[in-house]
Amino acid sequence: MTDRFPPGTRVRTFHHDPPHHTRLPRYARGKRGVVVEPEGPDELPDISARGSGDAPVEQIYAVRFEARDLWGEGDHHVVLDLWESYLEEDLAEDSEDDLAEDLEDDLADDLGGTADER
Amino acid sequence: MSGDHTDATIARRVRRLETLLEEKGLVTGEKVDEVIDAFLAESSPANGARVVARAWTDEAFKSRLLRDGTAAVRELGYMDGSYQRLRVVENTATTHNVIVCTLCSCYPLRLLGPSPSWYKSEAYRSRVVREPRAVLAEFGVELPPGTQVTVWDSSAESRYMVLPRRPEGTAGMSEEELAGLVTRNALIGTAVV
Repeated sequence: MTDRFPPGTRVRTFHHDPPHHTRLPRYARGKRGVVVEPEGPDELPDISARGSGDAPVEQIYAVRFEARDLWGEGDHHVVLDLWESYLEEDLAEDSEDDLAEDLEDDLADDLGGTADER
Repeated sequence: MSGDHTDATIARRVRRLETLLEEKGLVTGEKVDEVIDAFLAESSPANGARVVARAWTDEAFKSRLLRDGTAAVRELGYMDGSYQRLRVVENTATTHNVIVCTLCSCYPLRLLGPSPSWYKSEAYRSRVVREPRAVLAEFGVELPPGTQVTVWDSSAESRYMVLPRRPEGTAGMSEEELAGLVTRNALIGTAVV
């Protein structure tokens, strides 16, 4: 299975409020983040929670969000494990938006750091 | 999905199901207790503490632990047969990690034992993703300014455990003595060692 979103991909989470179980918490809906790495495939809980036994298996990604993107303030990160269909690639033009560059810089730092440490 | 499930529909369903299974002779109450007791006997924060002490004293093990937590803890006999993936996140001089499950109460039970009640409280779950520094301060954790805080919200099948920083002045200590320093909260990220 080829991962649709390689590490470093900027993504956006879906924004709707489904009338069924989902593992995308409300606070992280319609938000922009960066893929840290794939976590391994599993059944989509939105379907499997119905108990019908025909849930698709999707890749799960650890996705990192900036606190200020989630809450409008704060300097911490939140990482969530999200199924592939919760995500779409974030192709938004943001030349006027420093945020994306910040995210990329941070990620480059993180990846550089982890490569050494791990 | 609140913290207290005592009167929840699901709890009534489980009790009813267990009663039916017993009535039909498919399982006995003693057997159910036996399985639960055996599971809990193997699940304790002492497990996580031993993993941390090994990582503090064995650089190669630490590298494996941070790269693939599940495989590394299986070397020590933990998480055998678990379908879950363990990811260990390392605290450093400049980074601090803390774990939560905002949707319910996911927790690395096999390595940390049953979770504390505050971990399942709505207050902790809703606040730590929003204002982790304030929550950590209430736990007595004062982080130097500039420390990068990362909150890991266990929303899928991965479970998280924090690898705390090894304290100063412990160079001569044995692995067992080091394990004795590691608290449950340090493995969650709501304490330092």
